Amino acid sequence: MSGPPSEMRPMRIIVCIKQVPKAQELQVDPVTQTLKRVGVPSEINPPDANALEIALRLKDHHAAEVVVLSMGPTSFDESLERAVAMGADRSVLLTDRILGGSDTVPTAYALSETIQKIGGYDLILTGEETTDASTGHVGPGIAGHLDLPQITYVSEVRIVDGTIRARRTAEDGTEWWQTNMPSLCTVNFGCNKPRSPTLTGKIRVKRGGVIVHWSCADVGIDPKKVGLLNSPTIVAKVDTIRLPPRAGRIFSGDSKESVRALLDALIRDRVVAL
Amino acid sequence: MTDGYGLEDKSHFRGVWVFLEGRAGGLRDVSTQLIGEGRRLADLRGTPLTGILPGHGVDALAERAIGYGLDRVIVVDDPMLEIYRSRPYAQVMAQLIRRQKPEIVLFGASKNGRDLGGRLHAILETGLAADCVKFDIDAEGNLDMIRPSFGGKSLAHILCKKHRPQMASVRRNVFVAPPHNPDRRGEIVHEQVELSPQDLDAKLLEFDEFTKEGGLRPEEADIVVSGGFGLGDPKNFQLLQDLADRLGGAIAASRKAVDSGWVPKTLQVGQTGMTVRPKLYIAVGISGAVQHLAGMQESDKILVINIDPKAPLFEIADYGIVGDLFEVLPEMIRQLDALKGGGVAGPPALPAEAR
Repeated sequence: MSGPPSEMRPMRIIVCIKQVPKAQELQVDPVTQTLKRVGVPSEINPPDANALEIALRLKDHHAAEVVVLSMGPTSFDESLERAVAMGADRSVLLTDRILGGSDTVPTAYALSETIQKIGGYDLILTGEETTDASTGHVGPGIAGHLDLPQITYVSEVRIVDGTIRARRTAEDGTEWWQTNMPSLCTVNFGCNKPRSPTLTGKIRVKRGGVIVHWSCADVGIDPKKVGLLNSPTIVAKVDTIRLPPRAGRIFSGDSKESVRALLDALIRDRVVAL
Repeated sequence: MTDGYGLEDKSHFRGVWVFLEGRAGGLRDVSTQLIGEGRRLADLRGTPLTGILPGHGVDALAERAIGYGLDRVIVVDDPMLEIYRSRPYAQVMAQLIRRQKPEIVLFGASKNGRDLGGRLHAILETGLAADCVKFDIDAEGNLDMIRPSFGGKSLAHILCKKHRPQMASVRRNVFVAPPHNPDRRGEIVHEQVELSPQDLDAKLLEFDEFTKEGGLRPEEADIVVSGGFGLGDPKNFQLLQDLADRLGGAIAASRKAVDSGWVPKTLQVGQTGMTVRPKLYIAVGISGAVQHLAGMQESDKILVINIDPKAPLFEIADYGIVGDLFEVLPEMIRQLDALKGGGVAGPPALPAEAR
């Protein structure tokens, strides 16, 4: 593990991102009961884009190299290229068929191994959760694997005297935490406005060489610890029923009467207590 | 750090555990709610229900927790556990689980509960299902962990068949807390867990508590009154605030209202804003774009007030009023005041702009 970055060496920030189907395009394949990913418009998981923006802001103010890491099929190149066009220095895609169907345990393991292969990291950033699976387990899982300090649900990260300071949204208030480097932060969805790709960034992407593809063998990932069969959890079935139907009691007409009827209903149903 | 522990012979694992979180001298809502569901699962499995309470000086809280239906509480008392920190808490849970081998471990899906569960499941290499809304026991005795998936469009049944313990998190207000029985007897067990100063790898520099005064946060509120483009003017948010005050709720807004510069971004509900899940979400003058739905569709009850009967949000409404919000809101406020016995004299003044 690396210590705090010296004056000589730029800080290395690794941002873990996932490519997800755009929120309004989520479709379930009726046969496999998994998320349809082919032919559906994708984007960088929005909280991961917020994490990337935090990394790029740190890079704006400190000597830092931003490395973007993802795990998935080569179609994820699209998001890695976008990340580089936004200002990341380079990217790594861990891509291997044997990773297919991994739940959060092998995912955190495989990403941790890949982070160690990248090496020399001072800060790891992830989104607080993905918009497609919504577990929020992978970031803390990586910190657990790598035995790093973790600060979850952060909206702001500062580097002060070679330490990380992060503002965390906790259950009852806002906290400022300090840790040594390296450490891992997960970033709040919507805490900033991710920048757009720049012309210079797009040119760098066009020139090529901004993405490397690694297989599990390249990284030294144990095949017996990844993939569907080595995941502790399975999705036994998916009930395709939508959310429970809502009562839909709609009042109209004279507002005095409709408000009275509404409040009666709300109080009777114990939705509102006076 | 990981050791493949979770794959040990699962027949050695027995009992249901609930991770307990304290708050201002009591238990968090989500913890008492978990005890209720944990009790049901423990009874189904014919095993004891144990609460896990790391902290410092928490014996009185442990005593109180038993009254919600626990058989025993394991207290780990250490000054290093006075406030929640990921690493020492994960160490405590990992060591206790290795020692005592529970079959099921439940966490509240609070910020700290998720922080802890995510770290712990990687250390123990066992399954963790997030944000479960229902549990069953399947024919083989596995915990069937049911959670919304794919953006809330369906429910997935998650099983963790080979690894133990089976772990899951549950959001606040999914289960109902059992009544507290002060006469209930249970055992309080003090366990020692080895911690070193190096485990304190994060330092809390500052804490600003969210204050209820004038700023109850929408994520925290049981009732959220949210305004959209239909409000027409930032001044009219005062009407929402007046209603929210009477209901003990918080105000929020749609993206259109935020983008119009009427209210700060911190109040925005939806895909690019916050997700709220109150007991009652009141949408005023919000038509209901898919992006807005993403931030509020898991609310327990939804009340829609809109002048347009074709507003898409009516499709997911539990209650609705088709009408002019500038008539409906003042009328609601007036009738609420009357029902409460009239703390406020006369109906609230309607903003001149609204007439």
